[in-house]
Amino acid sequence: MSLAETPSGARDDGELGDAAKLTRKDFESDQDVRWCPGCGDYAILAQVQKLMPELAVARENTVFVSGIGCSSRFPYYMNTYGFHGIHGRAPALATGLKLARPELSVWIVTGDGDGLSIGGNHLIHLLRRNLDVNVLLFNNEIYGLTKGQYSPTSRQGLVTKSSPLGVVDPPFDVASLALGAGATFIARTVDVESRHMLEVLRRAALHKGTSFVEIVQNCPVFNDGVHEELTDRAIKNDHQLLLEHGKPLLFGEGLRKGIRLRADLSPEVVSLDEVDIGQIALHDETSPVMTQLLARLGRQGLPMPLGVLRCVAGVPRYEQAVRAQVVEARAAKGAGDFDALFRSGETWTVG
Amino acid sequence: MSQPSSSPPSKRLEVVDTVVIRFAGDSGDGMQVTGSKFSTESALAGNDIATLPDYPAEIRAPAGTLAGVSGFQLHFSSKKVLTPGDAPGVLVAMNPAALRANVGDLVAGGILILDGDAFSKSNLAKAGYADHPAKTGELARWRVFEIPMTRLTTKALSDMDLPQRSMVRCRNFFALGLCSWLYQRSTEETQRWIAARFKKTPALVEANTRVLKAGWNFGDTTELFGTRYEVRPASIAPGLYTSITGNQATAWGLMAGAAKAGLQLVYGSYPITPASEILHELCAHKQFGVVTFQAEDEIAAIGAAIGASFGGAIGVTASSGPGLALKTEAIGLAVMTELPLVVVNVQRGGPSTGLPTKTEQADLLQAVYGRNGECPVAVIAASTPTDCFDAAMEAVQTAVKYMTPVILLTDGYLANGAQPWKIPNFADLAGEPASFRTQAEGFQPYLRDPDTLARPWAKPGTPGLEHRIGGIEKDYDSGNISYAPANHERMVRVRAQKVARIADSLAATEVTGSELGEAVVVGWGSTFGAIEEAVERLNAEGLAIGHVHLRWLSPLPKDLGKVLRRFRTVIVAELNLGQLVRLLRDQLTIDATAINKVEGLPFTAAQLTETIRAVTAQRRREERR
Ligand code: SF4
Repeated sequence: MSLAETPSGARDDGELGDAAKLTRKDFESDQDVRWCPGCGDYAILAQVQKLMPELAVARENTVFVSGIGCSSRFPYYMNTYGFHGIHGRAPALATGLKLARPELSVWIVTGDGDGLSIGGNHLIHLLRRNLDVNVLLFNNEIYGLTKGQYSPTSRQGLVTKSSPLGVVDPPFDVASLALGAGATFIARTVDVESRHMLEVLRRAALHKGTSFVEIVQNCPVFNDGVHEELTDRAIKNDHQLLLEHGKPLLFGEGLRKGIRLRADLSPEVVSLDEVDIGQIALHDETSPVMTQLLARLGRQGLPMPLGVLRCVAGVPRYEQAVRAQVVEARAAKGAGDFDALFRSGETWTVG
Repeated sequence: MSQPSSSPPSKRLEVVDTVVIRFAGDSGDGMQVTGSKFSTESALAGNDIATLPDYPAEIRAPAGTLAGVSGFQLHFSSKKVLTPGDAPGVLVAMNPAALRANVGDLVAGGILILDGDAFSKSNLAKAGYADHPAKTGELARWRVFEIPMTRLTTKALSDMDLPQRSMVRCRNFFALGLCSWLYQRSTEETQRWIAARFKKTPALVEANTRVLKAGWNFGDTTELFGTRYEVRPASIAPGLYTSITGNQATAWGLMAGAAKAGLQLVYGSYPITPASEILHELCAHKQFGVVTFQAEDEIAAIGAAIGASFGGAIGVTASSGPGLALKTEAIGLAVMTELPLVVVNVQRGGPSTGLPTKTEQADLLQAVYGRNGECPVAVIAASTPTDCFDAAMEAVQTAVKYMTPVILLTDGYLANGAQPWKIPNFADLAGEPASFRTQAEGFQPYLRDPDTLARPWAKPGTPGLEHRIGGIEKDYDSGNISYAPANHERMVRVRAQKVARIADSLAATEVTGSELGEAVVVGWGSTFGAIEEAVERLNAEGLAIGHVHLRWLSPLPKDLGKVLRRFRTVIVAELNLGQLVRLLRDQLTIDATAINKVEGLPFTAAQLTETIRAVTAQRRREERR
C-alpha cells in the first residue's frame, strides 16, 4: 500500500477497514469469461482485478458500468456491483448513478464503437463535465461483437466485411478528441504491457475527475496484429514513446532517440548521437500544448506516446458541484418544506 | 372602490352563471399578467375558475403581427367549472392583430372591448385589415366597446415623470381595472401584487395602480356600459386554495411522491416544448434534495435517470413525443433490469416535430406498445392540471412498489392550463416508504415478491449484495445471463404479469352521469372536463349517458369490460384517430364508436355535446331498423 491519495469509494476516515484484506480473487465473479481465446480483453481484466485490492475500496462501493460490445461484458466478470447497459449509453447511466451516489467508485468500460460512435455524444459531454469516474476504452479498431465491421478508429484502407474495398473515412484521433472535449486526464496503454497498464490504471483511479484511458487492444479474430508496431518485441522500442512527467521524450533502443520541436512547434525525431539531450522536449502532463502535440504523434511516422498524456488536478468535479448547489440551497432556504412550497404562490380561502 | 353600490343608479346589474373571457394582445402587452390577475380576483370572489394561456409559437415575433399575439382565457362561474371554456363571451383585444386572431372565436352577441388607439393605419396593415373593421361592419355581430385606452392611460399619468413608453406599458392594467369594474371584482389583491412586483421602482407602483383605478373609474363614470354583471360565488369545498398549472403540479407531485417514498429525486431532462417547465420548476427546489441534470440529449436524460434508480434514488425523466421516441430503447432497459423509473410525456401534436405548442393525445399507443420485444410498461394519464399532482405521486409510488418504469401521460393543454388547487397537508398525503434489500443471505437479484412480483432493490454500497444487471435476458432464479429458450418465455411472461398485477390495487371504475343505459363515453387524459360537461348537458336533456374516464391505460382496470357492457353503445372521445378505441378492441374485444379530433386543440364541450347526441341518435335509428 503506497497510495498517497485515496480514490473515490474509499472510506472517509482514511482507514482501510475490511477492504485492506481483499485480494485479487475477491474481485473475480463466478461467471465464465466468454471472450475469444487470445483476446486482449483477458489481460485487461487481469490487471483491473489486480489493481482493485490495492485501491482498498470495498467491493460494494465499486460499480462497473458498460454499454454494448465485447468490452462491455466486463462488469459480469467483476465481483462488484455492475450494470451492463445499452449501446453507447454507459456514460449516461454512470452520470445518474454518480449524481445519486457521489461516494461510489465508478468505472466505465467501453470500446471504440460503443464509446466513439454510437455513444460519442455522451463521451464528450462526460469529459467536459469532469464527472469523477474512470473510463476504460478498449480500442481494437474494429466491431468485434457484430463480427467484423470497421469502426471509427479503423485506419483508412482497412478491408473489413463492411469495407470490401477499404475504409474510406479517416479515423478519430482519440486523444485529441478527449482533449478537445476538456478531459482532465488522458492516458494510453497497451493490452500486453501489463506492468505499464497497471501503473496507468492506478494513476487513473487516483485522479479526481474523469480519467480517460485508451487501452490499445488486439482482436485476434477480426483485426489481428493491427497494433503490431506497439506489441512486437522486435520493433516496439522504435514505436513506443513512454511518457514520464518532467522527463525528456526519448525512445528507441537504449533511449537514444528523442522528439525535438522545430521553431513552428512541429515535432521531429533526432538522435542523441547528433544532438544534446537538452534539446529534447520535456513532457508536461499539465500543458494542453504538450497533450495536443503528443495526441498527434503516432500517426505521422513518429512514435506512439504511452502513459499519461494529460493530468490536471483540482478541476471541479461535476457531481460535487451539483451536490454543492443542493447544500447551498438548503443553507439559503432551509430544508425543503412541502407545506410551505404548496403555499408559496398566491393563496385564497374558501368558506 | 370595489363596492358594487358605487355604481350610479343608471347602470343595470345582471346576474350571470358563467363567463368566459379572453385577453389578447401583443406578446409584449402583458396579457398573461392581466389574465392571471383577473383570475385571482375571480377566485377571491368565490368563483370556480379554469384558465388557459395561448402563447405565440415564435419567441419574439414582430410586434403587432398575428404571429406575435398572446392570449389568456379565463372561465369563471358560480357553478362547477370543468374546462377553461369553449368560446369566449368577452374578448379584450389590445390591437388589430389580437382582434383578428381571436374574434372568430367570440360568441355572437359577445362583448368586444378594443383599445381604439391601437388601431392605427400601420397596425391595421400588419394585421391584414385594409380599414378599421368597426367601420366596415365586420364586427356587427358583437357588442363593440372601443375605448381610447392608450390615451386614457397616458392622461392618468401625465403629471408623472415617466417616459412615454413606460406609460403606455401600463395600459394592460387599464383593461384589467375596467373588467374588474364590469364584473364587480375587488382589485385590492391586484394592488397588493403591483406593490410587491414593482417594489424596486416606486414610480411604477404608483403608475400601474393609478391606471388600474382609471380603468375601474372609466367604467363607473362613463355612460358607455349600461350593464354590470354579477357572478355569484360557487359552492366550493372550503379550504385554502392556490392556482397551479399542470406542469407545476407534475413537478410537485414527483417531489412529493419521492419524499413519501423516502427517496432522492434525480431528474434527467433535455429541454423540449411543452415539458421544459417541469425542469424549470424542479431545479428551483434543490433544497428538497432534488438533483436535476440537463443532459446532452434525450437518451442521456433517461440513461441518467436509470443510473440513479440503480443507485437507489428515484430516477425521473420527462419529454414530449419526439423525446419519448428517442428514449424508447432505454425504457426497454429499465423494463429488463426491473428498476423503478418515471417517464413523463407531455404530449404535443405529432408526428415528428408536429405542432410543438399544441395539444394532442396521439402518443397513447407509443406509450403502451411502442418498444421492441415484449416490453410491458405501466401507463397512467392525468385528467386535469391539478390531477397532474396526484398522478405524478401515484406514478412514483407504483414504479417503486412494482420495480417498473411508469409512463405518465399529460399534454400541452394540461401543462399550461391552470386550476385552483385545494392545498393538502403534506402529512395527509398517502404514500409508502421504499424498502431496500439489505439481507445478504438468500439474496438473488431477480427473486420476486410473491404478491407484486417485484424483484428486490439492492443498491450499491450494500455489502454482500454485489450483483450485475443489464439488458440481456436473465435466468429466472439466479439473475445470471441466460439464453435458454424456456427461461426467456418464462421471463417475458412474468414481466407482463407483474405489470398486470398493478390492476389488483386499482379502485373500481367510476361512472359519472348515468350508471347504465344508452351510451357511455370513455375518455382519458385532458379531455376529462369537456366530456364531463357534455355528458352533464346531455343528462340534463334526459339522455341516459355515462362517462368513464380512464386513469390507468396499462394495465386497464379489471372491471372495465363489465362496466362498459352495461351500456348499449360505447363511445370513445380522444384527440387522435382512435388509439384508445384500438386498445379497448385489443384488450376487451369491445368495439367502440370513435369521436376524434386532431387539430392541435382540445375538444369543446359544445362540440362533444352535439357529436355525442348525433351518435346516439344514429344508434337509435339503427336499432329500430
Ligand atoms: S471478437 Fe475480438 S474483441 Fe471480441 S472477444 Fe473476440 S477477440 Fe476479443
